[in-house]
Amino acid sequence: MTRTRRPLLALAALALSASVALPGSTAWAGPTLDAVKKRGELVCGSNPGIAGFGLPDDKGQWKGFDIEFCRAVASTIFNDPNKVRFTPLSAKDRFTALQSGEIDVLSRNTTWTQSREVGQGFEFGPVTYYDGQGFMVRKKLNVNSALELSGASVCVQQGTTTELNLADFFRTHNMKYESVVFATADEALKAYDTGRCDSFTTDMSQLYGERTKLGNPEDHVILPEVISKEPLGPVVRQGDDQWFNLVKWTHYAMLIAEELGVTKANVDEKLKDSNPEIKRLLGTEGDFGTGLGLGKDWAYRIIKNIGNYGEVFERNVGAGSKLKIQRGLNALWTNKGLQYAPPIR
Amino acid sequence: MSMTTASGAPKPKIWNDPFWRGLIFQGALLAAVLFLFAGAVINARNNMQARGIPTDFAFWDRPASFDINQTLIPYSATSPNSQVFWVGLLNTLLVAGLGIVLSTIIGFAIGAARLSTSWLVAKLATVYVEGIRNVPLLLQIIFWYNVVLGNLPNPRQAAPFLDIAFLSNRGLFVPAPVFRPGAGAIGVALAVGIVGAIGFRLWAARRQRETGQQAPVGWVSAALVLGLPLIAYVATGRPVGIEFPQLKGFNFAGGQRLTPEFVALLLALTLYTAAFIAEIVRSGILAVPKGQSEAAAALGLRAAPTRKLVIMPQAMQVIIPPLINQYLNLTKNSTLAVAIGYPDLFNVFSGTVLNNTGAAVQIVFMTMAVYLVVSLVTSAVMNAYNARIALRER
Repeated sequence: MTRTRRPLLALAALALSASVALPGSTAWAGPTLDAVKKRGELVCGSNPGIAGFGLPDDKGQWKGFDIEFCRAVASTIFNDPNKVRFTPLSAKDRFTALQSGEIDVLSRNTTWTQSREVGQGFEFGPVTYYDGQGFMVRKKLNVNSALELSGASVCVQQGTTTELNLADFFRTHNMKYESVVFATADEALKAYDTGRCDSFTTDMSQLYGERTKLGNPEDHVILPEVISKEPLGPVVRQGDDQWFNLVKWTHYAMLIAEELGVTKANVDEKLKDSNPEIKRLLGTEGDFGTGLGLGKDWAYRIIKNIGNYGEVFERNVGAGSKLKIQRGLNALWTNKGLQYAPPIR
Repeated sequence: MSMTTASGAPKPKIWNDPFWRGLIFQGALLAAVLFLFAGAVINARNNMQARGIPTDFAFWDRPASFDINQTLIPYSATSPNSQVFWVGLLNTLLVAGLGIVLSTIIGFAIGAARLSTSWLVAKLATVYVEGIRNVPLLLQIIFWYNVVLGNLPNPRQAAPFLDIAFLSNRGLFVPAPVFRPGAGAIGVALAVGIVGAIGFRLWAARRQRETGQQAPVGWVSAALVLGLPLIAYVATGRPVGIEFPQLKGFNFAGGQRLTPEFVALLLALTLYTAAFIAEIVRSGILAVPKGQSEAAAALGLRAAPTRKLVIMPQAMQVIIPPLINQYLNLTKNSTLAVAIGYPDLFNVFSGTVLNNTGAAVQIVFMTMAVYLVVSLVTSAVMNAYNARIALRER
């Protein structure tokens, strides 16, 4: 089920929720987990449509890398990956929706930055996808490097780090450009497609996905320069540490499962495994779920319903998908990547 | 025990005295409203602070770090967020101001055309009004932007207009004036011309009232307003030149560029509002009783003076109040700019700056206050005009 709401409505809810609360208390009735359990479903802020990361399929089912993260959180709480309601949010509206409590978690290729975490009252979960910003141009322009874009018009999505990096990049290289800013990625891409802009810029991962939506994908090239660091991951509100821990460890459980070779297919077999690390992960030894407000099988539920990190990556954006993105920085640390989880013990 | 005053009438208890009772109840209500309001504000602030959401205006002086493609005042990515506010406000005022002027001109023309005795003209005007005002404005903005302007050729194949203006999907490129030193004299001459023309009109009107003699007001005004600047232009050695747009690299350089976002928004707002103004004008003219024009004809007035001196002054009484509404609607509708990325106040300030700083409550309230002030000023000006032209009953 999908629902979109206006940002001002969310803001009104924010003002209202803040004002009806008793003085001295926070605006939340209780920890987020209690509210989610009571509601019977998780409300997840998702991308309105990026191939591979968050897009409804032809049956209206949400699919994608960021979507599966929410399904993993729902799995660990309800043992049912479908107990999630997705609220598609534009880049501009996402933070207001999270601040106002309209959504429980934001899983929408959101870049972790200092000011967003420190200045806006958010907690960023672990980085589920290490990304960087790039440029796409038409082949017939014969541009081979982002440094040749002086004087170009660039289509970009509003309210993103992309918009800020773009300004930095052209300023640093002392090049002139025109930024043409749209509220949604779709509008920005459409304007690029109709020729309003010479270039379209966003995170590399999305560029590959967005290129598949264009009339003739082969007519467009993605320039080699990566102009920024874009650590993407889930975001929650500050002030509910238990919920923050739950979101963090959902990702870590999937990483540890990949590291230990536990997959969706073999997880039941692995319940009998004698490896103590696997035993602790799957809850056959010790109790690591209570502190999260969950049962011993908290991680088992994720792997049984969703799979490990590598499986999610490959089927949504990797070799098993149209995007064919390499693991690169997102490989496990044991494979020269950056994905590294603290141990369960 | 009841007290009596010197006059002997019993003085009612204070809670029975209508004056004091009214005061007490109203005071209590005011206190309750203020208490609730203050409580809401303090609560919101405390809760926002508890959750680490900024409640102050520190964001105002921080650098904006993003670029805007249409700025009427100097702006760069290093400018503070406050500059974004002014850039956005000026962009809003630019599109709203031009929209009001153009939609008034088109609206009056179409409204008059609907009443034309020519069947074709009247029907064409009807088609315009019914076609435009029954399609949602947002759809029209997107139509102009994506369907019309989006399908124009790129700058290298731009459609030329006499080789001085170019229409492309990067915008409309038109020649721009270039001012060299000494150009100020022309401005002064223009101002003198306008003041002179107004003075001459007043003088001519008074003379006509007193002596019945008419003066060629139109010709003299034209000579003053156009002639004086022209003389100044020649006398100061032609300090104003014209710069033509020329193709350079990705785009045109030189001249004045109007972005497709600006053109699409202005077109849509103007044409949409003009359809409503046309109907207001038509109803205003029809509201003047037929006897008025018949009486004017009986006095020997020809058609043009009848319209100017008899019909329009009375029609304006009916036209102005709903016209104010249309001006306010146009200004508020300009926030639909967000759909096509025109950098108006709502788009860049309560969109991008809000997103970058997280100061949602402060920024949304500021933006609402600005639109409120702009609307109140617009209606104050129009109300003053309305009062000035109001029928004075004698």
